Amino acid sequence: MIEALPGVLINGCLVGGVLALIALALNIQYGVGRVFNIAHGEFIMLGAFITYTVYVGYGAVAGGIDPLISLAISGPLLFIVGFVLYRTLFTSLRTRAPSPAAFEGNSLLAAFGLIFVIQNVAILIWTGRTRAYNWEYDFPVPFAGTVFRFSQIIAFALAIVIGIVFYIFVNRTRLGKAIRAAAQDPATAGLMGININMVLALCFGFGALLAGIAGSLLSMYSSISEVMGLGYAIGAIIVMVLGGLGSIPGSFIGGFIIGIIGSIVTYVEPALVVPAYYALFLILLLVRPQGLLGK
Amino acid sequence: MDIATFISRFIPRKLWVPGFLLVLLIVLATLPSYAGSNRILFLSATTLMYIALAVSWAMFSGTTGYMSLAVAAFFGIGIYTTAILRPLVPLGVVFTAAGIVSFLIALLVGLVTLRLKGIYFAIFTFGLVVLIGQLAVYYDIHVLGVKGHPVAPTTYPIMYYCMLGLAVATVLVVYLIRRSRLGLALLSIGGNEEAAAHMGVNTTMVKVLSFAISAIFMGIAGAIFGARQSFIDPGATFSVGYSFSPVLMAVFGGMGQLYGPVIGAAIFSLLDYWLSGRFPNYYALIFGVILVLVILYMPGGLVGLMPKLRNGLGGVIAKLRKGNGAGQHANT
Repeated sequence: MIEALPGVLINGCLVGGVLALIALALNIQYGVGRVFNIAHGEFIMLGAFITYTVYVGYGAVAGGIDPLISLAISGPLLFIVGFVLYRTLFTSLRTRAPSPAAFEGNSLLAAFGLIFVIQNVAILIWTGRTRAYNWEYDFPVPFAGTVFRFSQIIAFALAIVIGIVFYIFVNRTRLGKAIRAAAQDPATAGLMGININMVLALCFGFGALLAGIAGSLLSMYSSISEVMGLGYAIGAIIVMVLGGLGSIPGSFIGGFIIGIIGSIVTYVEPALVVPAYYALFLILLLVRPQGLLGK
Repeated sequence: MDIATFISRFIPRKLWVPGFLLVLLIVLATLPSYAGSNRILFLSATTLMYIALAVSWAMFSGTTGYMSLAVAAFFGIGIYTTAILRPLVPLGVVFTAAGIVSFLIALLVGLVTLRLKGIYFAIFTFGLVVLIGQLAVYYDIHVLGVKGHPVAPTTYPIMYYCMLGLAVATVLVVYLIRRSRLGLALLSIGGNEEAAAHMGVNTTMVKVLSFAISAIFMGIAGAIFGARQSFIDPGATFSVGYSFSPVLMAVFGGMGQLYGPVIGAAIFSLLDYWLSGRFPNYYALIFGVILVLVILYMPGGLVGLMPKLRNGLGGVIAKLRKGNGAGQHANT
């Protein structure tokens, strides 16, 4: 147990990095767009399948685009999907809702419906088989008594870099300022001259973009299927609540904590990973419902 | 004399609804004697099951606005209870146990999560399906050392009558709750929870209790459904789809009235049967699209459309009368 500990901890960090990126994406959608997107996992799944398709090819169409380059395809594509979804579906729900709470309830239900729509469209396109691809960077790296995979290290590094870039974007740019204002008080931000519908839709789009990139990263080191989304969505929700709603650093800390706990529990008993997450979630709700870095 | 004028002349108006319900109940109770095939019986039983699920879901989530996405969790608990207890005890005991287990688990979940903001509750119930499913799989493999449970299935008429009893009981209990202090308290929480608390409503107690009561019906529905299966695999039992359908049905029917979810469930079970036979690859997709469209364009559901429809028709009729009576003033 003890001699395996460093390996287990490092593995937990590697898992946690990508998990943090997924949670960050959800956080921007709920923290600013006020859409509790439980269809988040489906965007991740789409990202993973786009990478798979451009690399392996689809039917008679040859692929050959490296998964690293595919990030530049899956991200923007999902940004468009997210942006359009918010501009059409969620904006009209928002303008019709009598209160913010009613909007949250209705958008939750709409996202619930989206799970079934996206998942089944994906099954129609990709026939519902578990898939994986062989990637040249997917070689073993022995370290600290355990064997890691180089692809997972790449995915981890990219997730961290993208997370930091996004953090700087939100904190240092004009658009980032508008996003933070919209998160605090959409009505007042609108009065100050911010195009609120545009900013909210952009945020939802950014969330979808990050989810798509996270899906592409996941596909580099794990097998993918059309129904993979649910598990990741639940993980992201727990990380987001743990880190604190609306906090980007919180999502990262939460991601590492959940990643390490998951890695330890997997080492001891793989079947108890989800129950362990839930135990943590329960304790959190009772002790600190606003999360580690929440206000 | 046609039948409509006959009814309106000889049967007092206040007996129309009870009379209709009585006739419906007699038709349903005698269905197995003339149903002909087990397929029709199974379809009717499934319809009744979804009525029970949708009505009990709407009783809590529809009135309070706390979205529970855990129908599948309690439904699955019912199925799993059947898997464990069916070889040991008679059916009646199995169903009672399923109701009690669901009630207790819902009580526990509610006590922990319902003190908090609504969104935490939705989050927790969303994952509850996966959590309980994993625990059941773990219990199967590591404690019992089995993979799935073969059970002796009941007959179709037994399943049908159990579902009929359950659906009637659910509608009756929810009807009574809606008219009781508890129902009023639930409505007040849906309207404004803080104000309700200030008026002296013990909001936590009301929410937890009604959430747990709604779980009883879901658990029993699962147990009856499970008793018809010949093999129960906990991995496949806890599927989010069972949370999805009742929510869709209740939202489609409309949650403002008791009969909304009933109508929604009846229409959708038949539609589900028809579509899944015809387009097995597309029907989940179609249902997803319908849910999104209903939330977007019919937030009140079918029930919410009724007053609009009546007003619209009333307006048309009034216009026609006006046109006939005073044609020359029609343009003014």
